[in-house]
Amino acid sequence: MIYEQSRSGRQATAQTNFEMPALPDIPQELLREQPAGLPEVSEMQAVRHYTRLSQKNFSIDTHFYPLGSCTMKYNPRACNSLASLPGFLSRHPLAPDTHSQGFMACMHELQEILKHVTGMHAVSLSPAAGAQGEFAGVAMIRAYHDARGDDARTEILVPDAAHGTNPASAVMCGYKAREIPTGQDGDIDLEALKEVLGPQTAGIMLTNPSTVGVFERRIKEIAGLVHDAGGLLYYDGANLNAILGKVRPGDMGFDVIHMNLHKTFSTPHGGGGPGAGPVGVSQRLEPYLPVPMVDFDGSDYVWLTEKERSDTIGRLSAFAGNAGVLLRAYVYARLLGREGMHRVAEFSSLNANYLLKRLMEAGFDAAYPERRASHEFILTLKKQAKELGVNTMDFAKRMLDYGVHAPTTYFPLLVPECLLVEPTETEAKEDLDDFVEIMKTIKQEAETQPELVKQAPHTMPVRRLDDVRAARELDLAWKGQE
Amino acid sequence: MSNTPTDLRYAKSHEWVRDEGDGTVTVGITEHAQELLGDLVFVDLPEVGAQLEAGGDCAVVESVKAASDVYSPVTGEVTEVNEALDGAPETINEDAFGDGWIFKVKLDDAGELDNLLDADAYNALVAEEDH
Repeated sequence: MIYEQSRSGRQATAQTNFEMPALPDIPQELLREQPAGLPEVSEMQAVRHYTRLSQKNFSIDTHFYPLGSCTMKYNPRACNSLASLPGFLSRHPLAPDTHSQGFMACMHELQEILKHVTGMHAVSLSPAAGAQGEFAGVAMIRAYHDARGDDARTEILVPDAAHGTNPASAVMCGYKAREIPTGQDGDIDLEALKEVLGPQTAGIMLTNPSTVGVFERRIKEIAGLVHDAGGLLYYDGANLNAILGKVRPGDMGFDVIHMNLHKTFSTPHGGGGPGAGPVGVSQRLEPYLPVPMVDFDGSDYVWLTEKERSDTIGRLSAFAGNAGVLLRAYVYARLLGREGMHRVAEFSSLNANYLLKRLMEAGFDAAYPERRASHEFILTLKKQAKELGVNTMDFAKRMLDYGVHAPTTYFPLLVPECLLVEPTETEAKEDLDDFVEIMKTIKQEAETQPELVKQAPHTMPVRRLDDVRAARELDLAWKGQE
Repeated sequence: MSNTPTDLRYAKSHEWVRDEGDGTVTVGITEHAQELLGDLVFVDLPEVGAQLEAGGDCAVVESVKAASDVYSPVTGEVTEVNEALDGAPETINEDAFGDGWIFKVKLDDAGELDNLLDADAYNALVAEEDH
């Protein structure tokens, strides 16, 4: 903790004599009585502290990071540097349109690119993160049914393998989430779907390829069934990377999609920071898109607001989403072009399938061995857990010792001892081969000296954390030294 | 599965039901379910007085691995919940069939209990899922 280095009176500008300026303009009753309790350190201490912390990071810049479902691919530096051009950085969101034509042109083009690559009728960029995009998407489904006076629709269907955000978004919009099971082959259980569809169905939320890492083969049939029941189809863009430019959600029959730009379009993975979750819709949902959007009237780029779009579900933030994040996605899309997007889908799938085959040859069990993987796949370490007493978490922790960020563990929940692996398209064959060797080594360790694996990691700044105690006795605030 | 009590009934979604013989039942999750979930860190209890439907979700058990819905095996009104779980969710890990009970229900239809599995059928289900 940087607070532990704090010494009263120490300043960043240690060598300069720095006096607090007087604040005569601020009324006495508005001044704080106690100092803010910030750490008092020198500039150098601050630099060292944060540099050391950053060196403890597992990051894509330093480690292979096959965290399934998160698409931890490499973000080209150009996206960052071009989005940081002074003209973009200095633009004020309240500046008149005439001063923002360049920025607005980029946003308009991004809307068009996302529209084409997803096959949707229109796109709004304004949701400030994937979760907000989901909320906006379900809110539009609600607006559509409400506008038709179809208020008996109370349920949103969600597969049991779905991301937890899906049922959460449905509930936030006042719906009841109803679970539908996944069949043995990884596809949705169609018979179970037919049973729960009805006049109460507002829609279904799907990811395709699904969370179990396979392409939902009967998507057309599912779309037909849901539409016949009067429901709409929601596409969670979590796994868009696998099909980019190859198959379009709009062509599969989806009515609304949110895109996680940090996964597919190379914007920073948030950790709570600024994000972007644009939404695309079919023709019938177009009136409800969140504002503002950018339009081109033949000579100028203009904002579309509540004035022009009276049926909109409204604004989701003060301005047009997170401009800097959207710009990065725009640069990335332009760098790739149409051909590049195809290659993203091809190589993310190729890498995943190569890795899956090699790991199966090495004696690991695939959760869906008869299925071709999409951009990610699931191993089940059930056998190792049962026979060797070494479970998925032990494998995951041991990987850290070998310089690999662990894949996603224990998600989706329906696969026991689950390891969800997503290598992404930006890894070279040699890196994939290295990972196979590491997995083989850990497997051998598990067979011959299981304790070594069960007590891993051995080389990290911290060993196994007591996550049960951490969850039961939440302690989130540093309260000073005792 | 020698530790599956034969005097209880079971739901396919891994809840157990004890018939108290006075029109009420006690409900919890099975030993097998707690084992799959791992160390529990939080239990979201239903409200006393809530009307439950058989098969409807009514509580949540959360472990470090997963949050999982608990489904009511029966239809009826919640008469009592195990408040002690609030401070000690690990009771379910320690004694799933006893002190780790979750809620009690006054049955709408005692006949509903016949739809549930007996210990043998539940063990067979677990063995099959484990396959």
